[in-house]
Amino acid sequence: MPPIRQIRSRTVALPFTNIDTDQIIPARFLRTTARAGLGRHLFSDWRYQSDGTAKPDFPLNQATAQGCQILVAGRNFGCGSSREHAPWALLDYGFRAVISAEIADIFSNNALKNGLLPIVLAVGEVATLLADPGLELLIDLETNRITRPDGSQFAFQIERFARYCLLNGVDELGFLRSQEPAIARFESARA
Amino acid sequence: MFQKIWERHEVVPETPETPAVLYIDLHLLHEVTTPQAFTMLREQGLRTRRPDLTLATMDHSTPTRTEQVFGGAPIAVESAALQIAELEKNCAQAGIELFNLRSASRGIVHIVGPELGLTQPGKTVVCGDSHTSTHGAFGALAFGIGTTEVAHVLATQCLLQRRPHTYAVEVGGALSPGVTAKDMILAIIGRIGVAGGTGHVLEYRGSAVRALDMEERMTVCNMSIEAGARAGMIAPDETTFEYLANRPRAPQGAAWEQALEAWRALPTDPGASFDREVRLDADSIEPMISYGTHPGMVLPIGACIPGRSDDPVFNKALAYMGFTAGAPIRDQPVNVVFIGSCTNGRLSDLRAAAQLLRGQKVARGVQLLVVPGSQQVKRAAEAEGLDRVFIDAGGDWRESGCSMCIGMNGDTVGPGQYSVSTSNRNFEGRQGPGARTLLASPLTAAASAVRGRITDPRELLGG
Repeated sequence: MPPIRQIRSRTVALPFTNIDTDQIIPARFLRTTARAGLGRHLFSDWRYQSDGTAKPDFPLNQATAQGCQILVAGRNFGCGSSREHAPWALLDYGFRAVISAEIADIFSNNALKNGLLPIVLAVGEVATLLADPGLELLIDLETNRITRPDGSQFAFQIERFARYCLLNGVDELGFLRSQEPAIARFESARA
Repeated sequence: MFQKIWERHEVVPETPETPAVLYIDLHLLHEVTTPQAFTMLREQGLRTRRPDLTLATMDHSTPTRTEQVFGGAPIAVESAALQIAELEKNCAQAGIELFNLRSASRGIVHIVGPELGLTQPGKTVVCGDSHTSTHGAFGALAFGIGTTEVAHVLATQCLLQRRPHTYAVEVGGALSPGVTAKDMILAIIGRIGVAGGTGHVLEYRGSAVRALDMEERMTVCNMSIEAGARAGMIAPDETTFEYLANRPRAPQGAAWEQALEAWRALPTDPGASFDREVRLDADSIEPMISYGTHPGMVLPIGACIPGRSDDPVFNKALAYMGFTAGAPIRDQPVNVVFIGSCTNGRLSDLRAAAQLLRGQKVARGVQLLVVPGSQQVKRAAEAEGLDRVFIDAGGDWRESGCSMCIGMNGDTVGPGQYSVSTSNRNFEGRQGPGARTLLASPLTAAASAVRGRITDPRELLGG
């Protein structure tokens, strides 16, 4: 995975709480054995009419939303199933960060392992971003800060090890495999 | 209890810089969340480290029609057939035991593990499925993981994990007749909210929890994720041991005695503290039903749909459901009734539903689908004649799988239709695009099938 240091992009806002993974990518699109190509199904039932045409009022379908890499959403984003297809679909669509006042545990884990930043801000901070979609933000993972065009900043936290891996392009599996001697000792001690 | 299990599985303890390396005792696989994990291993030239601690079944996208399972007709959903074939190939290459489509041991992954006796107190259990929390009913630490983590466990038998917080959910008193474990967990989620458990492991305690049998405890722990929790657990006791005794994969003979001694030492020490606590009184829990688009939007079946005129998300949910604030949920019309899933697809659930459907017919225009949680549950139900009860009532009796809970196999609810479902999620479109799901117990589902309207099961139970 390439290192991630900064993301500069305008935002798209989905001002809904409890956006579950069934909305992010409905289960019928999980019948795949690949990781690629899920972006076209992202938010499928919200994005498209039943005849496949785009719903004009859905935020992602607005002309101003095209090319945006930062999604701002209501609290408890990514609740529900463990499907990693959710971050895969968001990344494949072009998102690189999700900002919410609360992000579900499994979604957050899955996002970090794929280089999608799950950023939790205070309720009031998220509310200001939701109220002002299209704002250009600079997310800086080195300083753990988000800067708005007026220069004001929000601080955020990413779990330290995951942040280290993201900043340095380190694969967590590589780190786990380096623990092999300890794993072998653990197994023989129990046997 | 959580702390004891956690510390016994720390290969390397966590530090501020690095998460713990946590050892996994049982890794369960199914066809939907594993193909990409096996691809990751192949890309890196890695092998499955402990196939002997890994077990695979197929459940999510599998057909439930007998001719598609056992031959006579092709699997209707082609992409599902490809996933099934991919899992067979991956398990054969890795030397992992697989209950394939025609296996007599196949079933929903969270029903198969316990019924074999593989799920045991004190174990760490993971699976690429959020309802892995089910296994916590045995006093195991069990949680859902993503596909990259599935690859981590396949390759190293370990996961990188930060220690979650603990949350005691104490349910005192006793459940009333007609009120089930499903109603208990829906009431808990209604109380603490769909994000109430985020970052926490729930421990269900108290007299009403102790009184539950193992199948009921699994129903409760199953929906821990619906409160946002990492896992849910119940301390093992004689009920647990009795369930496990003589199960094919449970310890036998001297090993059983040894295991019992270890399991008896697992429960949380008296006076141990939790990071959070909540208390509920089981006596005041009524049959519960959901009315909205997440499992926290629940109410007692006799109540009216609440209103929140200033909350657009709430109103969007009511509009999706076609409900009006202030209207009673009781007597709302029903199109489909689904009885099954990892939440309520076990033998006792089918018995409960059959109790209300015996000698009855489902109301005109209502589709009843009954899908046992495993092939073993199916055989046991048929041995008691439960299949005849459902068929005679006008219902469909199928082969096991996740089926209409997630609608991946073609078993779906039509747009705009109302489904009373014993499953775990009422998200928009969960049971099919535009489907409207009302979560309830098998008793409430069966009663609603008979009346064709949302019905309090106590009206049909005669008391």
